[in-house]
Amino acid sequence: MRERDVPQEGNATLAGHRKAVYATADDGKLRLVPSRGWEVEEIVTRQAVEDLERHAAQARARALSGESSPLEYHMYRARMDVELLSQVTGLWRWRVRRHLKPAGFARLPPALKLRYAEALGISSEALDRVD
Amino acid sequence: MPDSFVHSHASHCESGVMSSLLRHHGLPMSEAMAFGLASALSFAYLPFIRINGLPLVSYRMPPRAIIKGLERSLGLDMRFETFRSPPAGMERLDALLDAGKLVGLQTSVFWLPYFPPDLRFHFNAHNLLVYGRELDDYLISDPVAEAPVRCAREDLRRARFAKGMLAPKGLLYFLTRPPAPPDWVRLGRRALARTARIMLAPLPLVGVHGMKLLARQIERLPLADGGERARLYIGNIVRMQEEIGTGGGGFRFLYASFLQELAAKTGYAALDGLASRLVEIGDRWREFALAAARMIRGRDALSPPALAERLRALAADEKLFFQSLHRAQRAWAR
Repeated sequence: MRERDVPQEGNATLAGHRKAVYATADDGKLRLVPSRGWEVEEIVTRQAVEDLERHAAQARARALSGESSPLEYHMYRARMDVELLSQVTGLWRWRVRRHLKPAGFARLPPALKLRYAEALGISSEALDRVD
Repeated sequence: MPDSFVHSHASHCESGVMSSLLRHHGLPMSEAMAFGLASALSFAYLPFIRINGLPLVSYRMPPRAIIKGLERSLGLDMRFETFRSPPAGMERLDALLDAGKLVGLQTSVFWLPYFPPDLRFHFNAHNLLVYGRELDDYLISDPVAEAPVRCAREDLRRARFAKGMLAPKGLLYFLTRPPAPPDWVRLGRRALARTARIMLAPLPLVGVHGMKLLARQIERLPLADGGERARLYIGNIVRMQEEIGTGGGGFRFLYASFLQELAAKTGYAALDGLASRLVEIGDRWREFALAAARMIRGRDALSPPALAERLRALAADEKLFFQSLHRAQRAWAR
């Protein structure tokens, strides 16, 4: 990649930041060049973010219709899945899955609820709500 | 606060942190040099590690390889500390900063508020330097940011003690003695040998063989669901290759820069020619990324076999390249 070919496409995903890439200058030497982004990166980053957002939106609809607990929504909103939430809380995956159901969630003792809330970076009360 | 600390922008967090740390302690070291001397370039396809259901594809050695690699090869005196309790970890950081130390930290990316929201994923092996504190804020030199940033105490605590895969456990590290000037020729030779060996290793998941295996997996991607899963799968590969902290082309340009610099430093001109060849290979990786992105967006018809073909061609190019690198390394007069 030549220095003048370094993309400066103003990716929304970089939110105004510039990232450092290496490119060949006119003297043939590679050097660090700040880049405002390349559309290719934006496409794949947005794809991953949108996949997570879609999961969160679907979980939100399920929580509102009573098919699943608010925990499922908050899990996806924090860009986690069952695997990660189980690692972060130190709970077995089957227990996490049980708490994703409204019945399992309703039986959660306050201590466990706090553990989930802490792992997700929200308050215990916020965990009950779907905003 | 360590006086005269100079922040510098880097493409990769770990090589950026180590080069800044060494420069601060008086050893001239570019990011590319730190990356290359630690033999950080690689390729690995690890299907048993899944992130959001997609396999891990990496263009470099695993986290901490650069820190540990430089510690060993440069004979650095470094201290590493992890903590069971977050308050103890924060107190220790404060004490070191108050003593004027420049401290490296391993953190999660997700909990750092200064990161762009779209880039905040649960990746726990990010590296940054802390060079001071003011009231409730830490003064941070994050190599992938253009300028120094600030981070509130509570946020930094969260980021340092995030759990899950590669949990940092509050890891902090610093130099206890200024580094001695190294023997560039000896280190360079060793570093080249290691990278050539890894890239040509007769193992199915790493190096050139890993690329071929990944090509086979791409070819077999099912299209029955309209290609939804296939698009996510190839998008994930490109994300690992081009997103945060690679310097483009899956670190190939960064490594080429190392080869150029090593050639200039040691006078071994053969490495210059190899650097140009690797830049061309890096361009091929960018073309692969572009072709994949066009398919993801539906500008071109989704064709996993066409991408697999490009990846095989890249594997063939890299095989020849690393064989040449290996020969050049052996021909390098002691």
